[in-house]
Amino acid sequence: MGKRNRIYLLIYAQIVFDIPLLLRNNYHLMVLNVAALNIIVVIGLNLLMGYAGQISLGHAAFFGLGAYLSAVLTTTYGFPVWPALILAFVVTGAVAYAIGIPTLKLEGHYLVMATLGFNVIVYIVMIQLDAVTGGPSGFAGIPHLRMGGFVFNSERKIYYLFWAISILVLLLSLNLITSRVGRAMAALSHNEIAAKCAGVDTEKYKLNIFVISAILASLAGSLYAHYITFISPGTFSFFYSLQVVTMVLVGGMGSLWGSIFGTVLLTLLPELLHAVKDYNVLIQGVILTGVLVFFPEGLFPGILEAWRKRRVAAQQETAPTAKAP
Amino acid sequence: MSFTLQLFQFFVSGLTTGSTYALIAIGFSIIHNATGIVNFAQGEFVMLGGMFMVTFHSVLKVPLVGAFFLAVFCVAIIGVLLERGPIRHARSKEILVLVMITVGASIIIKGLSMIFWGKNPMTLPPFSGETPLLFMGAAVMPQSIWIFGITIFVVTALHYFFQRTVTGKAMRAVAASRRSAALTGIPVDRMIFLSFTLSGALGAVAGIILTPITTTSYDVGAMLALKGFSAAILGGYGSMPGAVVGGLLLGVLESLGAGLISSEYKDALAFLILLVVLFLRPSGILGRGRLRRV
Repeated sequence: MGKRNRIYLLIYAQIVFDIPLLLRNNYHLMVLNVAALNIIVVIGLNLLMGYAGQISLGHAAFFGLGAYLSAVLTTTYGFPVWPALILAFVVTGAVAYAIGIPTLKLEGHYLVMATLGFNVIVYIVMIQLDAVTGGPSGFAGIPHLRMGGFVFNSERKIYYLFWAISILVLLLSLNLITSRVGRAMAALSHNEIAAKCAGVDTEKYKLNIFVISAILASLAGSLYAHYITFISPGTFSFFYSLQVVTMVLVGGMGSLWGSIFGTVLLTLLPELLHAVKDYNVLIQGVILTGVLVFFPEGLFPGILEAWRKRRVAAQQETAPTAKAP
Repeated sequence: MSFTLQLFQFFVSGLTTGSTYALIAIGFSIIHNATGIVNFAQGEFVMLGGMFMVTFHSVLKVPLVGAFFLAVFCVAIIGVLLERGPIRHARSKEILVLVMITVGASIIIKGLSMIFWGKNPMTLPPFSGETPLLFMGAAVMPQSIWIFGITIFVVTALHYFFQRTVTGKAMRAVAASRRSAALTGIPVDRMIFLSFTLSGALGAVAGIILTPITTTSYDVGAMLALKGFSAAILGGYGSMPGAVVGGLLLGVLESLGAGLISSEYKDALAFLILLVVLFLRPSGILGRGRLRRV
């Protein structure tokens, strides 16, 4: 990780941990807590999209697997919270591995469809297997997260925990992409064949990154379950998968800082647009399409680029006038 | 009812839905061959076909045949708009970006449909009554006959179009190699335009003939797109005969699975089949493995 990223990260952490001091309203904290969880999912997904060149439309399923596995293990089988959470992400990772093997080998966009199909299967199982999952009416009574005797049961406590985890995930991911593995992945996303010729085991990297991103989604899902203490299948439908993909695209594929911008923006947006709830789907579609058509590199990098151009133009304008007298 | 008769009944109903899957799969193939992208909005075309038909036929009281063609025309226009709008103006022509644009477009179509038509399911009366016909002891709905008939007609017409007409051959040439086709003077742009028109129209036909059986609502598109895509993969992506075989096979397997195993997991079964095919034989039943040149 470069020096610049280290400084950004410090500033970012400072801002993040100052925000709750300014917010009195629990509802605002709740929205931000959800944003922190989304950031964990989106960073994982961006590693896959930006560095392995693959799109998954099934991350809601991994998010959901984490949530339901955690919920069932703790509530039904009496597991302690943290071991349940770890077991949940081990299982989710194994599932992702099993799906990744056949689909990542293929060229084209099979992963898009296979993950989407997987999302639908998981969603249907959540609804139909009601003896285990509680069916369409959901699963209630999930215990809160706890550390020793400390229970994370208020929005404020949760805020610090979730944002600390999301910053840790960001730090590890920044480290990953600037390491040897990260450079190999960047090569792979640029030109898979060239990377292969240069000795990068592209299949292994793609599979590993897919599993990592699924594990991050699962982690976020488990945290979500223990935070809200009630889950129902609706949260884990295909629409959530699409939302997180949109967040990555808005922030720019391959830009982890962009992902944070995209996630926070798109998590807050529906809250601001509460009055026009029926238009929510439409707005989501317009944002996704608009960004892809006009800013294929992402809205965040697009804005940065425009700003840099203006600065350069301004400098060029001032230069001749300085010479004139 | 004897077991064989029951099986036969499942088989017939499977062929009915399978026919519409085949039409959706062909729509996928046509756009894929012309542009290399997976058009996610294919399922929305099907939904729109049903919706427009309900509007024209049941609300505006346009006679059946007229409403049919009007609905097909409207959806074809929407197919064209998709191509002329976002796909053509995309700054990046990377396949992955274009695929995601069709995903975005499908969400827009879904959102608009929800606003225009509301959230309630809509239904259409069957084309010719509801008295089942007895065929070898099994009850067959007249609408099923319509579906078979129209599907066979459409597939035959498409076959003729692609094999015998100059335009159809030009479209196949574009599918084989866009560059060589352009070099021989084929207007590639117009062929792409045509492929979206055709896919829109095909989706509409599938939606119109299916609606009397399954009803329709603003949110059925994604599921139908996935079924059609699974069918296309099953048969061999990009191949027309493959799309037909895949569609019918998927319909029958799904119907047998729902009847014999569990109807709750009917939709999951289609994707299980998709995953198994991707695992065992990614080129599909009729597809040939492709070598990639570097």
